Amino acid sequence: MEIIIAILTLGGLGFIFAGGLAFADKKLKVEENPLIAEVNQYLPNANCGGCGKAGCYDFAVNVVEGKIEINKCPVCNDEARNEIAKLLGQEISTTIKKIPIIHCQGGNSKANKKEVDYIGPKTCKTINLISGGENLCYYGCLGAGDCVNACQFGALLINNDGLPQVIEELCTGCGICVKSCPRNLIELHPIDRNIFVYCKNEDEPKKAKEVCDVACIGCGICARKSDGGIIMKNNLAIVVYDSLDISKIPIEKCSTGAIKKKELYN
Amino acid sequence: MELFIIFFSAALINNFVLSYFLGICPFIGVSNKTSSALSMGMATTFVMVITSIVSWLLWNLILVPFHIEYLQIPSFILVIASLVQFVEMVIKKVSQPLYRALGIFLPLITTNCAILGLALLASMRNYSLIESLVFGFGAGVGFTLALFIMSGIREELELTDVPLPFRGAPITLITAGLLALAFMGFAGMI
Repeated sequence: MEIIIAILTLGGLGFIFAGGLAFADKKLKVEENPLIAEVNQYLPNANCGGCGKAGCYDFAVNVVEGKIEINKCPVCNDEARNEIAKLLGQEISTTIKKIPIIHCQGGNSKANKKEVDYIGPKTCKTINLISGGENLCYYGCLGAGDCVNACQFGALLINNDGLPQVIEELCTGCGICVKSCPRNLIELHPIDRNIFVYCKNEDEPKKAKEVCDVACIGCGICARKSDGGIIMKNNLAIVVYDSLDISKIPIEKCSTGAIKKKELYN
Repeated sequence: MELFIIFFSAALINNFVLSYFLGICPFIGVSNKTSSALSMGMATTFVMVITSIVSWLLWNLILVPFHIEYLQIPSFILVIASLVQFVEMVIKKVSQPLYRALGIFLPLITTNCAILGLALLASMRNYSLIESLVFGFGAGVGFTLALFIMSGIREELELTDVPLPFRGAPITLITAGLLALAFMGFAGMI
């Protein structure tokens, strides 16, 4: 008898609460836009933060609410973007893919070394803080591969010369590597840009020549001929892409080869 | 007067978190911002008050008359779990950001021993319905108070230069210990 009462009590209680909850669930149901889940499924779900939102789900919410454009996600491929646009009935403006350019050519064979060995943690951040590394150049690549470690897509590797190299097919242009470089050597550029000054050295010409074979020594030859396509700032040539006319740039005049077309790089 | 004493003893003197050390999980987990600590405190207080009523009814009208007191813990847990589910639905409906800020700690109110402890203590002390209601409310207020004080201190701690080995969890636990010591000052007031 006692066991029946026990069963009835607990069973009845469970039944009553279940009924109450089922009722409450009906009444309090939150209408979540089903589009959000569908959009989310086309997103890369890498949660890299390249769009500036707190992860892919947040991006999907904002896209559905129209607060952000679909192509603000740098990682999505065109196929996924088109699918999302179809879901939302929007047109998307196509964006040109951006890839990171590493503004240093001073690999082990080109950069001149201090007469010291660096022994310590092999991350660029540490090396940059402690001693500036083994290279004489205080602007160049440290070669410890913070950018390689930061990349979630395996699109960067350190090549034989000790410099990072971008594998364009794998790169999604999320820009994580840009933030990882303590010397700000990495910049995102549209993939069709073709000419770059592969150097960030701001030393005086004489010193720049001493520290690296391929530094921009700030001679200004390129800037004088370029008609505003290149300007000189702190002994460094900087390309102004808005007013650039590639045919006017005397690439072959650059004595160190700091300025190059992309296909000639490495 | 009796009710006053029950309320203050539950809220301050025998504070559930700082004297009985019940419900430490959300006390550490949700006390990094005052706003979410307050909301968590309110959600827990709500569950505590309703639990104290329902568990009193359950205990005095069903379990004791039918002599099945041994079902006390499972049936109380059933009550608490259903109530927490209900609160979760309400919060999700009312405030999405709050729902996300509380995160896993909201369903974890279910396993918050402060609430089961409250129901068990109330039945153990043979409180009347009104008394156990006041007891539940006092316990909820005490819990909210403890969370609120802790989150306020932790917000200040964010800005201070804590020695490296103490950053994060260690300084939080030390703070919690000092806070519990401070609450010991209420002991013996009643």
